[in-house]
Amino acid sequence: MNIIVPIKQVPDLVEELEINSAGTDLDREWLKMKLNEFDDHALEEALLLKDEQGANVTAIALDGDDIDKALFAAAAKGADRLIKVTGVAGTSTHEAAKAMANVIQGLEYDLVMTGVQAVDDRDGQMAVLLAHYLGIPHVSVVTGVQVAGSSVTVHKEYGGGMVAEFEAATPLALGIQAARETPRYVPVAKVRRASRDANIEEMAAGDLGVDAGSTVAKMYKPETGAGAEMIDGSAEDQASKIIEILTQKGIK
Amino acid sequence: MSNQIFVIVEHLKGNIEDITFEMLGKGKEIAGATGGELVAVLLGSGADDLAGQLGAAGKVIYVDDPQLAEYNPQAYCKAVSALVAANQPKMVLVGNTSMGMDIAGGVSVANNLPFIAYASGIANDGSTVTSSLYGGKMNVDSSPGGDGCVVSVIAGSFPADAGRVEGSPAVETASADIGDLSIRFKQLIEPEGGDVDITAQEILVSVGRGIQSDENLPMAEELAAKLGGAISCSRPIVDSKWLAKTRQVGKSGLKVKPKLYLALGISGAPEHIEGMKDADLIIAVNTDPKAPIFDYAHYGVVQDLFDFIPALSSKL
Ligand SMILES: Cc1cc2nc3c(=O)[nH]c(=O)nc-3n(C[C@H](O)[C@H](O)[C@H](O)COP(=O)(O)OP(=O)(O)OC[C@H]3O[C@@H](n4cnc5c(N)ncnc54)[C@H](O)[C@@H]3O)c2cc1C
Repeated sequence: MNIIVPIKQVPDLVEELEINSAGTDLDREWLKMKLNEFDDHALEEALLLKDEQGANVTAIALDGDDIDKALFAAAAKGADRLIKVTGVAGTSTHEAAKAMANVIQGLEYDLVMTGVQAVDDRDGQMAVLLAHYLGIPHVSVVTGVQVAGSSVTVHKEYGGGMVAEFEAATPLALGIQAARETPRYVPVAKVRRASRDANIEEMAAGDLGVDAGSTVAKMYKPETGAGAEMIDGSAEDQASKIIEILTQKGIK
Repeated sequence: MSNQIFVIVEHLKGNIEDITFEMLGKGKEIAGATGGELVAVLLGSGADDLAGQLGAAGKVIYVDDPQLAEYNPQAYCKAVSALVAANQPKMVLVGNTSMGMDIAGGVSVANNLPFIAYASGIANDGSTVTSSLYGGKMNVDSSPGGDGCVVSVIAGSFPADAGRVEGSPAVETASADIGDLSIRFKQLIEPEGGDVDITAQEILVSVGRGIQSDENLPMAEELAAKLGGAISCSRPIVDSKWLAKTRQVGKSGLKVKPKLYLALGISGAPEHIEGMKDADLIIAVNTDPKAPIFDYAHYGVVQDLFDFIPALSSKL
């Protein structure tokens, strides 16, 4: 079984986000990036399938800041092959998905598994767009994958913890919400070793001919604190004030 | 392009989901402001009686097909894409829900339409769509191009009551050539019952990734006990298997409306907000003064929860 796992880096939300001077995007110069957490789950689910029954796992990413590190980390965790797609200038998910589709078309694959969403996919989610550019069926919000022969059992989560079970044939694309296990941790030393031993193949994106189809007029921070009355002071002061509020509201 | 606004109806086990009524309410405003027609798109098998709840729409397009008896991502994508191709609506509203996340992107690619995701606002003239991105930390206003677009709407963005109108509008039956499917529905698996029903609790002490480790949970549990409430959490806590799924608040967890929701180390991503924003009193504790949770809280405390919890506990 061949599993392709598209991954990408996204801004780390723990850091302060600044808006660029045009007011249309983040100021990307000092942005700290990290692996999209749902891609981490997709990689984990692929590696679980590999552990359970053997599979060839390819991690693939568009060229960009810090992407080599992310690919090497995937190798350190167990990915067998690393591919970097070059020649994509735009930032929309439609372009990224088309570029991925162009490259993946030339590979052997049964499953394409990537994160269900990313914090910056304004024009839609990678898994579903990629699936439709590849012309293969797709399920999103997946919380478990099991393979028996050529049949894939997929768990898709609805609201309230309800799960729908589907049986599907390959090829199939999946938007992974959560792997069955917590994504494995890999020590830095192992990533460093992978960066010496593993090889990143570069492949050209080819013709895209698509874009988001919409334009960003403006990016802005929502009115933080608009709703909340902020309580200042030390933890002790704040706790006393909260007690006051709870007493006042008859809660305590 | 026609002047129609499509709303893709979402239903499960015979119930129309609230998101549908939210979109119908908003769609009605847009249709009104633009002189358009609001069309509810209903797919199913023997589900035509649901049209009786779709009175907000000017018309229902109903597709009856045995392959639509249960929700199926592949069948829905094919059927909705075909209806969009045939009718050329100027806007297609889809829930940013588990089902909608299958459909919206598929319809976008199949019909070569722009797709604007995570909508929390739409201008009534349809010219601007506001998306909530970066875990709720940034809003982005997008202008769709001129020839139709797909918009996925975050649940809870618009009032459902505005779209809840009894009585069936005209129902137009359509067929969709779904063809062979390689995905088959097997079964619905109901969530296991938990020890505590968090939807029935008046006081919830809710922990997020800020709690750092399951070893720190007892501290929050003690606080919950002292307040006479129960502990709930954000999704990553469940994905890390520190608490049971039944404790999860949000889009893929439970919707809660307690008298007090004390959010400790929860950032306030839209998927979490969906589940708790109607609580009577929301108090949020977070080290990040820019955390989106403060947009929804009544009271905000910028503090390290490891200092705040003991301080509050000791006063109870
Ligand atoms: C389809 C789908 C469905 C989803 N459904 C849900 C759902 O039902 N429920 C849900 O919750 N999420 C859901 N999510 C996930 C959601 O997108 C977010 O990833 C999640 O809500 C983030 O959880 P969090 O706030 O605990 O973590 P983070 O976003 O990592 O936030 C942690 C917060 O803790 C603060 N913090 C850190 N240390 C401290 C400290 N010492 N003291 C005080 N504060 C501190 C940080 O400043 C930060 O704001 C869903 C996602 C998808 C894609």
